[in-house]
Amino acid sequence: MSHQGEEMSLILATDVGSTTTKARLFRYTEDSEWRYVISGEAPTTVEAPFEDVTLGVRNAVGEIEELTGLRLLSENGIITPRRNGDGVDLYVTTSSAGGGLQMTVAGVISTMTAESAERVALGAGAIVMDTLATDDGRRVFEQIERIRYLRPDMILLAGGTDGGTIRHVMKMAEVISSANPTPRLGRQFELPLVFAGNVDARDPITNFFGDQFALEIVENIRPELEMENPGPARDAIHKCFMEHVMSHAPGYGKLMKWTEVPIMPTPGAEGMMFQQLSRLYKENVLGVGLGGATTNVYSVFDDRFVRTVSANLGMSYSICNVLKETGIGNIVRWIPFKIEPAEVVNRLRNKMTRPTAIPQTLENLLIEHAVAREALRLGFAHHKFLAMPLRGVQVKGRDIGDMFKQFSFEETYLDMLRISWLGGTGGLLSHAPRRVQSALMLIDGFQVEGVTRLAQDSVFMMPHLGVLSTVQPKAALEIFEKDCLVRLGTCIAPRGSIDPMRESAIMSVKITTPDGTEIEEEMLSGTIKAIPLGEHQTAEVEIKPARGFDVGAGPGHSLMESVEGGVVGIILDARGRPVHIPEDEDARIEKLTGWFRALDAYPEKMLERGG
Amino acid sequence: MIALSQAYTPGLKRKEATLIRKTRMLPIPGKIIVGVGDTVSKDTVVAKAETLGEPEIVKVCAILGIDPDQIEKHMVKQEGDGVSEGEAIACYRALFGLIKSDCFSPIDGTIESFSSITGQAIIRSHPKPIDIDAYIPGKVVRIIQDEGVIIETYAAFIQGAFGIGGENHGEIKMASETPSDVLTADRITPDCKGKVLVGGSMVTAEALKKSLEVGARGILVGGIMDEDLTDFLGYRIGVAITGHEKTGLTLVATEGFGRMNMLEKTFRILQRNEGRTACINGATQIRAGVIRPEVIIPIPSPGDASAAPALAEEELSGGMEAGTFVRIIQEPYFGQVGYICSLPPELQHVETESTVRIVEVELENGERVKVPRANVEIIEE
Repeated sequence: MSHQGEEMSLILATDVGSTTTKARLFRYTEDSEWRYVISGEAPTTVEAPFEDVTLGVRNAVGEIEELTGLRLLSENGIITPRRNGDGVDLYVTTSSAGGGLQMTVAGVISTMTAESAERVALGAGAIVMDTLATDDGRRVFEQIERIRYLRPDMILLAGGTDGGTIRHVMKMAEVISSANPTPRLGRQFELPLVFAGNVDARDPITNFFGDQFALEIVENIRPELEMENPGPARDAIHKCFMEHVMSHAPGYGKLMKWTEVPIMPTPGAEGMMFQQLSRLYKENVLGVGLGGATTNVYSVFDDRFVRTVSANLGMSYSICNVLKETGIGNIVRWIPFKIEPAEVVNRLRNKMTRPTAIPQTLENLLIEHAVAREALRLGFAHHKFLAMPLRGVQVKGRDIGDMFKQFSFEETYLDMLRISWLGGTGGLLSHAPRRVQSALMLIDGFQVEGVTRLAQDSVFMMPHLGVLSTVQPKAALEIFEKDCLVRLGTCIAPRGSIDPMRESAIMSVKITTPDGTEIEEEMLSGTIKAIPLGEHQTAEVEIKPARGFDVGAGPGHSLMESVEGGVVGIILDARGRPVHIPEDEDARIEKLTGWFRALDAYPEKMLERGG
Repeated sequence: MIALSQAYTPGLKRKEATLIRKTRMLPIPGKIIVGVGDTVSKDTVVAKAETLGEPEIVKVCAILGIDPDQIEKHMVKQEGDGVSEGEAIACYRALFGLIKSDCFSPIDGTIESFSSITGQAIIRSHPKPIDIDAYIPGKVVRIIQDEGVIIETYAAFIQGAFGIGGENHGEIKMASETPSDVLTADRITPDCKGKVLVGGSMVTAEALKKSLEVGARGILVGGIMDEDLTDFLGYRIGVAITGHEKTGLTLVATEGFGRMNMLEKTFRILQRNEGRTACINGATQIRAGVIRPEVIIPIPSPGDASAAPALAEEELSGGMEAGTFVRIIQEPYFGQVGYICSLPPELQHVETESTVRIVEVELENGERVKVPRANVEIIEE
């Protein structure tokens, strides 16, 4: 790449989303730093009658032209490199238009190679439509029917360790070949198949598939049982995405010529920024992209990165799937006023049929926020299922002491007490009228424990910065820190369940603010409170949890920490884990109203209704 | 000249009489069996194709008790050979025939392949025919080579908000007197058989079940309660992708979920066309590339109809402006209709404290209300 940060002064990035194309302009300022300048947005034009994504990109960029007076577009597209004051020095883009990258993955054993394949596909930014394995409980004809029905953009086939038998992976190859799946983008398009299985099966796979697929052979995902090797398969997925999928999507051929940087799937780029956050602070990070159709969850834990996408959990198109998955009772439990559950269901159905509508009343805002908590909870539950130690591994040297540890090889390795950051992005979180609302949704959805910093994407630019970081990491990082990351504050929440029948002190906290002021708080069970502490301010806190409660130093042990503030401040959460919500309607409303009032989360006139 | 895109404004169409075009496509390339200018009925087959048969994987070596690398010499049928159900495709003989076992084909079809690694053979059943009918009566106006046809007809056309069930046909029968009536089971009588019934504000689960029982083809109604729909289907719908339900009854809710009066004018269009055949489809898909349920009622064409511009299925709504007829699609005015009075350019606060661009609408009762621009859909007439 010829571009050097010092020589560049203007960068344009777009994200071609499934409904909206979002353009962001970045500038190198006189203070010698990269900053975000302005946004432009327009409907995506991937569908008929337009069928050309560049029209939507032009409109979004055109909005930036109008707002800045700059000339960025010519008849041939985005003007790059800059000449005579027109255009930008670099143009990059991500895409999830038309449903993003939809993949079917297959392996031999569900909990081993198939699970590894699924993790790799998700990590590459794909939506995994189904994961097939020889032991997935389905009969061969059912697997064949399923593959036919799905019409993926790409298939990833794994199976077998290097040097082992090739018979089982060949059987899975036969199932895929028999199904003869039709690519989503049409029969004229050659369906890419990435083979990342037993090295000895390469020749038989090549001979067997012949020219049925655009075959890409890479290193084994699981060369040994004890080892997962995601890199080569992930790179192959990105390569096939560009060469086979993107180039066939409407208008992408043209868009690919506008940028010299490979187009990335939106979630892949978003994930890169959460990884960046982890690298920057050298801490464990959880991230979430709560969208209209999907919920993406990212974790970077002890340097291990995992991404999952819950393809049918979202806040508009998929809102009723959240309802279906969690049940109306779990949604209503977060609503602080009386309303018939059937009425809530009908409103959610109407949101599903008119997904672009936005809440106008506080009632509907609170209903959507209730659904969001459940979408986050379900998305995280799904994530934890894949954020597991490698299964099928023989554990050597396990002694009797290990047997008494809580850790199990069937449980996630994500320890909430060791998660230092929780970040959110997506329309609902970014557009919450008060920032404290998104902070509370993140806390409730993920049930953070210990001391956790909360952040969110300011105006949805994480995907833009993710793809930018592949060629201009310094610029991407500067913008990320200064303009993208909104620090909401820090949540302090002891792990441990409370007795709802007995009010007792859960923790006492002594906070020393930057000006030396000391604030002491004793938090009673079932309560929550915010202590103001601004962005970029740090306070010293001493947390003394009650017996049986843990904030990271062990049950009942005190913890000293430096905590960062934010637009919300320090949130002291003594509601127990899991958060206890009374089942009785009046008691529930009283409790929720109390929490929301304590944080000034919603206008008082709404809370007065609750009590 | 730089090409400009057109903003998408959500909208539902409601036309008393219009020239409408339907594209009828094969899922795979095939043969078109009508020509431009042909007159077709709703049942006329317009295109045919053959899909690949179902594969059957046979564990030949496991059945014969041999190693996979032995498969080739024991196959009695080769790749490309036709086989009948019960016919031997491989056999094993030893000790001068004293030990023998055979592997038979479980289906009629063709040997597609066999493998010396897996020891399995794949047999493909015979191709299956697919016929595409015209769905609406009319005239073929265009052939899309090997893929489909476009049929044109003069019709009343109503798009709904949500539906279930696929393409269906039936004579329109009014089953309610006013747009606010609830369609209950006692209104469903044996003479509803084969009919498309028009309800008012809501249909109950019992009425849906009774309609199915008497053999009605469809229900057109203002709204439906989610619990009634779930009761009728036996499961709860997750994402709004419908049309594949095998209930035998097609439902179109013109307004949405809950008890919602059918718009007066929609009700009158259906009333005026009572006795005519309606072509209905409940298929709904709320993603990029929106599909809404529809009611097409072919009507006699006026002499100059062919000169009128035809309504294509994918045609987008125009932009909003003062005087545009809209439906409000969020509380507190959900379901109410009116005309746009103004579109103030500046951002304004709504009750949630969000700052949004708004639109001012004069409701049918004369009240003027402000709602976010995202919360109206255009009713195209």
